[in-house]
Amino acid sequence: MSAAPRTIIDKIWDAHVIATREDGQSLLYIDRHLLHEGSFHAFDQVRKRGTRLARPDLTFGVADHYVPTRHREAIQPEIRRMVDQLKDNTQAHGITLFGLDDPRQGIVHVTVPAQGLTLPGLTIVCGDSHTSTHGAFGAYAFGIGASEVAHVMMTQTLWQKRPKRMRVRVEGALSPGTSAKDIALSFIAKIGADGARGHAIEYDGPVIRALSMEGRLTLCNLSIESGGRLGLVAPDDVTFAYLKDRPYAPKGAAFERAILDWRALVSDQGAAFDREIILHGAEIAPVVTWGVSPEHALPIDAVVPDPARAADAAQEEAWRDALTYMGLAPGMKLTDIRIDRVFIGSCTNSRIEDLRSAAAVLAGRRATVPGLVSPGSAAVKRQAEEEGLDRIFRDAGLEWADSGCSMCVGMNGDLVPSGERCASTTNRNFKGRQGQGARTHLMSPAMVAAAAVTGHLTDMRALLAGRTV
Amino acid sequence: MTPLTKVESAAIPLALANVDTDQLIPARFMKRPRGDGYGSFLLHDLRAEAGNEAAKLDDPLFQNAEILIARRNFGSGSSREAAVYALADFGIRCVFAPSFGDIFASNAVKNGVLPAQLAEGDIETLLTDGLIAQGGAVRVDLSDQMLHCGNRVFHFDIDPVWKKQLLNGWDDIDMTRSYQNAIEAFVEGDRVKRPWAEPDRDGPVASG
Repeated sequence: MSAAPRTIIDKIWDAHVIATREDGQSLLYIDRHLLHEGSFHAFDQVRKRGTRLARPDLTFGVADHYVPTRHREAIQPEIRRMVDQLKDNTQAHGITLFGLDDPRQGIVHVTVPAQGLTLPGLTIVCGDSHTSTHGAFGAYAFGIGASEVAHVMMTQTLWQKRPKRMRVRVEGALSPGTSAKDIALSFIAKIGADGARGHAIEYDGPVIRALSMEGRLTLCNLSIESGGRLGLVAPDDVTFAYLKDRPYAPKGAAFERAILDWRALVSDQGAAFDREIILHGAEIAPVVTWGVSPEHALPIDAVVPDPARAADAAQEEAWRDALTYMGLAPGMKLTDIRIDRVFIGSCTNSRIEDLRSAAAVLAGRRATVPGLVSPGSAAVKRQAEEEGLDRIFRDAGLEWADSGCSMCVGMNGDLVPSGERCASTTNRNFKGRQGQGARTHLMSPAMVAAAAVTGHLTDMRALLAGRTV
Repeated sequence: MTPLTKVESAAIPLALANVDTDQLIPARFMKRPRGDGYGSFLLHDLRAEAGNEAAKLDDPLFQNAEILIARRNFGSGSSREAAVYALADFGIRCVFAPSFGDIFASNAVKNGVLPAQLAEGDIETLLTDGLIAQGGAVRVDLSDQMLHCGNRVFHFDIDPVWKKQLLNGWDDIDMTRSYQNAIEAFVEGDRVKRPWAEPDRDGPVASG
C-alpha cells in the first residue's frame, strides 16, 4: 500500500487492476455489466467466436432504448424484434433480464441503482455513454462501445489507461428553485462540451453533499456531456441510507461490513488532481440551452448570443449554424422563445424527485402545449401514482406514459416532429436527437413544467411563489 | 482487424465542430444489421441539410476519400459504435481533429480507424487548403505520425498504445485471454477483500 494520499478515483482504480502492461494500459476487473437492446452487435461478436459469457451472474439486461411507452399491446414488428432479440440473447446466456413485462423494467440508469445493483467502489460498464450516472454512489462507471461490450462479455475485464483526475467543487448553497441539472449545465457551459475530455471527475463541496441521491444521479449522468470519462461523488450517509434494504444490495452484517469499507472511499487530504474547478452555488441560476450542444447553455434571464461576438471564427460558424437550425435570432430574450411541446423523462431527469418538482409547478394549472411524461422505471411510475402525481400531469393535459428512453433518443418512435420546439428534461440537444429536424431546449423538470404552463421558456421561480416544494 | 500503416487519398474538409455520434449515424438507422453496410447512413441528415458542409461527402471530388478533417470534439455524445461502422463502411480510415469524444476514439481504434489529433491551427489550415479543396491526395504515415499535404508536413498525436494496435491490427481479446490465470487469482483475492461486491441474489426481489 502506498502511503501517498490518493483520490477516490485512484483508490477504486487500484482495487481493480489485474495487471499493468509496460505501455501503461491496465487490465481492470469489471463488477457489473449492463446490457440493453443495442447490445446485439456485441452478442453477435461473442457468437462469431463461438464462446460464452465469462460472468453472466454479474451481467444484467434491461429493455429500455426501444420499448414503447404507449400502446404496448400494439408494438411495431421492427421494435418487437429489438426487444425480443435482447430477451433471446439474455436467455441463451443465463443473464437476468428486466424485460418489457418485468416490474423492475425501466431505464437502465434509473432502475439498476434502485435495485441496489450500483454500489460504492464498483466498476460498472454499459454500452451507453450515460453510464456515468452510477458514479452518484461513488462507483467507477463509464460507457463503452460494442467491441468493449463484447470484451467484457467474454473476459469480465477491460484494458484502460488511468484517467486524469478533475475535481469540481461546488461551494456555498444553491438558491431556491435550482437543481442538479442547473449545476451540470452551468459546469458544461463553463468548460465546454469537451472540457473534461480524458478526465474522471470527482464532484465535491457543500452543494454536492446537500444533494439527494436523485440529484447526484442527474449530475453524474451529465458528466459525459462535458467530455468526461466519468463523474462520481464520494459515498456518505445519504448513499448508505439509500442502499439499505435494496433488493440486490448486501444485507445485515454484510451491509455493515461494506459501509466500513465504503467510508474509506474518499479523496485523501492532499491528494493531487490534474485540474480543479470551483463553482459557487449562489451564482447558479435556472439554466436552459439555446443551441445544438449542451455547452450552448445560459441562465434563463439571458439573451440568445450573437455569433459576431464569438471568441473565434470556428465558434462563430458553430453558433450561426446552431441558430439557423434552432430558428433563433441573436439578442432575443430566452424567455421569448415559444415552444410546441414538452418532454419529462430520460436517464437524466425521470426519478421520483424529478416528477415531484415538475408536479409542484403544474399542480392546479393547465399546460398550453402537448407533452409526454415518461417515468424512469415501472417502480417510479407506481410510486408517482401512489403519490397522486399522475393526476397532476393528466389534469394539466400531459400524457402519462410507461417507462423507457422514449423521446430522449426517439428510437421507440416517440419523436418530436420536424421543425417543432421541445422543452425537455433530457441530456442532449444535438441536431435531430429527438427526431429529424426537432429543436431541443434542455432544462430541469421544474423549468419544463413552467414552459408547459406558459408556452414559452420561463423562469419557474415566478410560478413557485407561495408554493411549497 | 486490418492493419493501418499508410493511407493516401483525398481528404474531406468538414469545417464543423462538435460532430456528435447522433450526426454520424442518426438513431433510427441503428436497428439495421451490420451486414447491410452502414456507409449510406454516415452524416445522413446533415448531408440532406441545405448548404451543409456534410454535402461534400456526396461531391464527386471526394468520392474515394479515406480521410476526414473536422473541428473540435468530433464523435462526442452517444457511445454507439455504429458511428464508427458508418465511417468505416463509407471508406474513411483516418479522422483528423483537434479533439475527439473519448468513447468514439476508442471505438474507432477497435475498428481500425485512426483518430489523429492535430492542433486547432493546423486543422484550420487544412480546412482551407487549396489542394484538399480540389480533392487532391494527401498522405498519412502512421509510423512517423505525419500527414503530408503537398510540400507541407503536419505532425499528429495518437496514443502510443492505439498506434501500436492500429499498426499491427491487433485484437484485445486474444491478448486478454493470455492473462486468464491473473484474472482468476484476482477474483479469488477480491472475494476476501470485498465480500460485498457481488449482487446479493438472496434478497427479496421486491419492487425497487
